[in-house]
Amino acid sequence: MDLLKFLAVMGSGALLVIVVELIRRGKLKERYSLLWLFAGVVLLIFSTSRYLLELISHALGIFYPPSFLFLLAFFFLLLITLHFSVVISGLSEKNKKLAQELALMRQDLKNAIDGNAIAIRDGAGERP
Amino acid sequence: MNILIIVPAFNEEESITGVIRDLRKYVPQAEVLIVDDGSADATTQVAREMGAKVLELPFNLGIGGAVQTGYLYAYQHDYDIAVQFDGDGQHIASEVKKLIEPLESGRADLSIGSRFLNPGAYHAPIFRKLGIRIFSFVLSRILGMAVTDSTSGFRAANRRAIEFFSRSYPDDYPEVESLVLLHKMNMRMEEVAAAMRERTSGRSSITPVRSVYYMTKVLMAIFIDLLKKVR
Repeated sequence: MDLLKFLAVMGSGALLVIVVELIRRGKLKERYSLLWLFAGVVLLIFSTSRYLLELISHALGIFYPPSFLFLLAFFFLLLITLHFSVVISGLSEKNKKLAQELALMRQDLKNAIDGNAIAIRDGAGERP
Repeated sequence: MNILIIVPAFNEEESITGVIRDLRKYVPQAEVLIVDDGSADATTQVAREMGAKVLELPFNLGIGGAVQTGYLYAYQHDYDIAVQFDGDGQHIASEVKKLIEPLESGRADLSIGSRFLNPGAYHAPIFRKLGIRIFSFVLSRILGMAVTDSTSGFRAANRRAIEFFSRSYPDDYPEVESLVLLHKMNMRMEEVAAAMRERTSGRSSITPVRSVYYMTKVLMAIFIDLLKKVR
């Protein structure tokens, strides 16, 4: 096994181990980890078999096989940033709803407290 | 009909007193609701001291999120009409009556107070005017009705529009975008001539470059709204 192949296998193996470990420790939710796991597996396959990489590259008409790897990496990053934009949009919508709900509940609570204070003054209501 | 006046306010401790006082004087039958959009100053305290109801947002949501909080309140507390009225003092309380008339008579679901229906009444900076013209042109085509002041934040909504806004209200350019969404919901809109105060203190940071940038963003938002699913 040549040095380059060894390094490539080690690199993609490390990526997989890190992703799995993050999931195991609960630092990465499974639903966000699928893309990363997929990327790790694809990288591992291509780093163990240069033949496969060359085969696919030539089939696609790519002269320089490593540029196929770059292309894959580019698409992967594009996909994951798009995925993040979707997630962030969802989070900011939820964040807005929470803030609104909090403001409405504060006012309802204040109303309830003020209403009770008036009731106490008039001889009814519950004393704290 | 119970009327709620939604007043979005962001750091308006100076002007909020006058706004509340005027609204009490000219629209005594309405409840005034201040939505404090995460102000750093004493907007909430000043408004509470005057006995107004205040919704205090924990942080700044921007005008869209703040106004929607008011619509949520109007929806949950069964108001028939909700009026949007700026907290900075540019809207005029005695004009509210004219604004709610189309809703009370059942002609429209949303009425919009327009500065430009009475020609020559309002002098906006030239680039602002140009921007408003372009939006008016595009919106008039889309909505199939003349819209002269699409960026006006002086509006009144009936129960149907309140219910819709409490569910979905645009965040980015809510005045313009909400018209497109209402149109897609087949709601009726009407413009009403309304005087407004011209801004006396600075703050108008509109430069040619910025206004072109702003217009592009709003136009894109309009076209995205046309593609959006609404229900």
